[in-house]
Amino acid sequence: MAISRKQVEDVSLLARLLLSEAELDQMTGQLGKVLEYVALLREVDTEGVEPMAHPLDVVDAFRDDEVRPSLGRDQALANAPSRDAECYRVPAVLGEF
Amino acid sequence: MGLLEHTATELLDRLQSGSLGAVELTKACIEQIERCDGQVKAFLHIDAKGSLEQAEAIDRRRAAGEPLGRLAGLPVAVKDLACQAGQPTTCASRMLAGFRPPYDATVIVKLKQADAVLLGRTNMDEFAMGGSTENSAFQKTTNPWNPERIPGGSSGGSAACVAARMTPLAVGTDTGGSIRCPAAVCGVTGLKPSYGRVSRFGVVAFASSLDQVGPIAQTAEDCALLLEVLAGHDPNDSTSVDRPVPAYTQTVRQPLDGLRLGLVREHFSDGLDREVERAVREAIAVYESLGATVDEVSLPHNRYAVATYYIIASCEASANLARYSGAHYGHRADERPLLDELEAERKRLSEAGDAAGLEAMDTALVRMYRHSRAEGFGPEVKRRIMLGTYALSAGYYDAYYLKALRVRRLIWQDLAEAFKRVDLIVGPVTPTPAYKLGEKAGDPLAMYLLDLYTASTNLAGLAGLSVPCGFSTSGLPIGLHLQAPPFEEERLLRAAAMFQQATDWHTRTP
Amino acid sequence: MNEPYTILIGLEVHVQLLTRSKLFCGCSTQFGAPPNTQTCPVCIGLPGALPVMNRQAVALALRTAVALNCTIPRFTKWDRKQYFYPDLPKGYQISQFDLPLSQNGWLEISDPKGAFELKRVGITRAHLEEDAGKSMHDEAAGRADSRIDLNRSGTPLLEIVSEPDMRSPAEARAYLTELKLLLGYLGVSDCNMQEGSLRVDANVNLHVATPAGTAATPIAEVKNMNSFRAVERALAYEVERQYRQWQERGIRRGDPGGHKTTRGWDEARQTTYEQRAKEESSDYRYFPDPDLLPLILNEAEVDRIRSSLGELPAALRARLVADYAVTPYDADVLVNQGRPLVDYYVAVAEACGDGKTASNWIGQDVLRWLNERQEPIDAYPVPAAELAALLKAVIAGELTTSRGREVLAQMVAEGVSVEQAMKRLGIEKVDDADLEDLCRQLLEANPKIAEQVRSGKEKAIGALIGQAKKQNPNADPGRVKDICLALIARG
Ligand SMILES: [Mg+2]
Ligand SMILES: [Zn+2]
Repeated sequence: MAISRKQVEDVSLLARLLLSEAELDQMTGQLGKVLEYVALLREVDTEGVEPMAHPLDVVDAFRDDEVRPSLGRDQALANAPSRDAECYRVPAVLGEF
Repeated sequence: MGLLEHTATELLDRLQSGSLGAVELTKACIEQIERCDGQVKAFLHIDAKGSLEQAEAIDRRRAAGEPLGRLAGLPVAVKDLACQAGQPTTCASRMLAGFRPPYDATVIVKLKQADAVLLGRTNMDEFAMGGSTENSAFQKTTNPWNPERIPGGSSGGSAACVAARMTPLAVGTDTGGSIRCPAAVCGVTGLKPSYGRVSRFGVVAFASSLDQVGPIAQTAEDCALLLEVLAGHDPNDSTSVDRPVPAYTQTVRQPLDGLRLGLVREHFSDGLDREVERAVREAIAVYESLGATVDEVSLPHNRYAVATYYIIASCEASANLARYSGAHYGHRADERPLLDELEAERKRLSEAGDAAGLEAMDTALVRMYRHSRAEGFGPEVKRRIMLGTYALSAGYYDAYYLKALRVRRLIWQDLAEAFKRVDLIVGPVTPTPAYKLGEKAGDPLAMYLLDLYTASTNLAGLAGLSVPCGFSTSGLPIGLHLQAPPFEEERLLRAAAMFQQATDWHTRTP
Repeated sequence: MNEPYTILIGLEVHVQLLTRSKLFCGCSTQFGAPPNTQTCPVCIGLPGALPVMNRQAVALALRTAVALNCTIPRFTKWDRKQYFYPDLPKGYQISQFDLPLSQNGWLEISDPKGAFELKRVGITRAHLEEDAGKSMHDEAAGRADSRIDLNRSGTPLLEIVSEPDMRSPAEARAYLTELKLLLGYLGVSDCNMQEGSLRVDANVNLHVATPAGTAATPIAEVKNMNSFRAVERALAYEVERQYRQWQERGIRRGDPGGHKTTRGWDEARQTTYEQRAKEESSDYRYFPDPDLLPLILNEAEVDRIRSSLGELPAALRARLVADYAVTPYDADVLVNQGRPLVDYYVAVAEACGDGKTASNWIGQDVLRWLNERQEPIDAYPVPAAELAALLKAVIAGELTTSRGREVLAQMVAEGVSVEQAMKRLGIEKVDDADLEDLCRQLLEANPKIAEQVRSGKEKAIGALIGQAKKQNPNADPGRVKDICLALIARG
């Protein structure tokens, strides 16, 4: 297999996903197949080929340092799953839990 | 001939001449939606009230002799991933069910300025990941030509609603074929503009170096009309190119003399459905009858396009979708049971004296992220996130991501070479006509391979277009793929229009 | 240093750049606004939002990089640094990874008190990145959760990473002081640690000499110090702690249990404590941000920046020492006050023609006044020209230093000119004729003193000087002495 179940489990934490045992098995199989397929690229000689991260080359796109109106707080927080009058609320960022 | 069988261009003439009202047209669209969308399921959200109000306002302003926008009174359906202030923008994902953006995407701003009537939001593969629109979290859109068949994807809703004449114009996005594939299998015309031609600001990102917004309509002429409105530089998108927008509608009717077409040798290998090949070859014959010359070109690296595309697109997507974490917006898992679950785990581990296990345990925050994302994303989105996260992770970056970027360069070089000899590259859009719903479920790789002819357009930043060029014996539409060098949309549209002046495939309705 | 170890300290400094708007959007960077009132789709990371680079932020970053003697590459790009944290709404920070906008520079630090030699601290790199929001822990209602304020999200930061070149906590503090001063002279940051516009992470470990050669102790990264003093103390504490640990456990860097740790500084306890990183070993999955295109920097641009830097602290100190005969220590005192005070000093020194006297008076009298009131030099009531006039008089001996101080006090208090101040103090110049009459009278009245002088006891004149002062407080003792001696000599 191109990728192990343990690797898939580790990646799922890195990606902040939670996969059930069944999903882990399925994902390992499916990712494995895809990775085996993309291994096709190994046969391409890319010696000295410049990586192409983007279809456009450099263009200098800047904005001037001008303040533009922000969203009102209520608009900013409107879609928050949990909030108080001022802030977004999330489970404790520190500590055990 | 019913009102909605007219092209957008014809309808616009009638609106401008006053022989047709925006309200009348909008009502007709809404009625047509009520008539057939129960089966097609192209729309996720229909803004009947809002669109009628817009239409009324336009009729009023026209009556008052006020100046009106380029599309004044023409209904447009928008793929559900372009943010529209106050409207649902779900990307067909549970993650964004109920999300209401506080701002308009630039393309929405442009449509509003053009006085288009924003009819509603169309179904798609979740976060535009897929080729059949089956990956929508909410509903499965069917092909108007055959309810057992897929409409293609990811812009399946936009293509289907044009094919079923529920709207004259629709907006889609194309990352690896997501406008051209559904246009092809639904028998409509769809254009994927050159990278940088249309602003991506406010359009929910799938793969930022590949995504483009484009028009879907009955004809090339209608695509020209909509592209003229959508295209242009946007200071809010650093990757939108500052180039004047040609008056596509002024030139689209002019045929191209001495058009040189390039036929990709590698495209006509096994895997290409015989009926599709026949239709494509016949279409090329039509061009020859119109004075075009056909040359064979070779794209030796095209066979790597799908692999290259899936690595790059998934890597970018894994980062683009990290913002959906349940913290600031979108779906958040129920916190109480989550805390209980952790409590139980902690108990179990400490009783088992598993120190390492306790050490490795998720915090409440991490578990909240993982549950929210596990619940909010569908299987295909998870696969892409997993693939991209893995391909960028320590130790694999060079072998996957960097390698793919190098092969991308070679794919681009092949195309650049070819365009030294030909004006356009022609070929099939999809290897087969629309397949049956569920036929490829559970075989992601088989799905991915269907992007074989379209992915390289996006990797290289070219312009691509699908134009109806025939039907299978079972009555399913087939599309012809035209590709042009960057920013040659005008050439592309003229070539497509010239084909449509000689054929009537685009006039057929389900 | 006679300890059996060498201290290696490297500092990672994040400074907020002085832009009006954020790095990628138009939201204000103003500090202290109510939570979540300075955000927009871009800095909240809403779906579809895209970044557009703030031209001024890049300019300020380059300005600093050039001043830090860095090499500026022809090509630089922006990368996504991926990690999940609720103060990072996009799930990645836009930063720079393998091609930062500057590398391989240095900053010269010195200790005016001479505790260490003048030295160059290497700058590994300085790169531009966006700041995160703030998360505030909240124990409200038993259920502990955190509150997120995204006002700071997207504020431009310059991350300046030094080489582990500092050999003592004092050097680390000197580096920070000099860096802050430089950034102030450049006008790129206000470096306000309380407001978080300057943040320091310190990496420290020891190279202990052992019979078997030198052994490196595990590196500790010390965080959340809220003043340069705190940094110095935290490092001093860490050095002690690490050496004690070494003696007790002898664990080397890289050994099992010898991995890098993160430690927080507890200001109250004056100790550092281990912050357990409850995370999978961080894998940031950097890759080029496809929403932002790379930046090409041409030579001309960099040269233009270099020529626009103006005179920086090090050069200024050197000039004061060379051109105004100021001691290195005084030059340091003056330069550390910032450019405006130096300009004031130079004006006074030029006008009175005596840089040493000028630095004495400004270094003592003027600075005392400013420090007592926490005022900048432009709040000082005495214009450079007036102070110069006063110093001229003192230098010419028309006023004694102590008399001069009284005059200055008067000028400061009443905001009056030298003349006016002297008048108010009843000081005017006594011309020599009057002074000679006075001396003659005194000599006649005290023949004994003349005798004593003739017989070699010149000191005896002192008595006459005292009497002269009584009769005319403006009489310059020096002159009185000279005239008396002359008269006696004449017989
Ligand atoms: Mg940093
Ligand atoms: Zn903002």
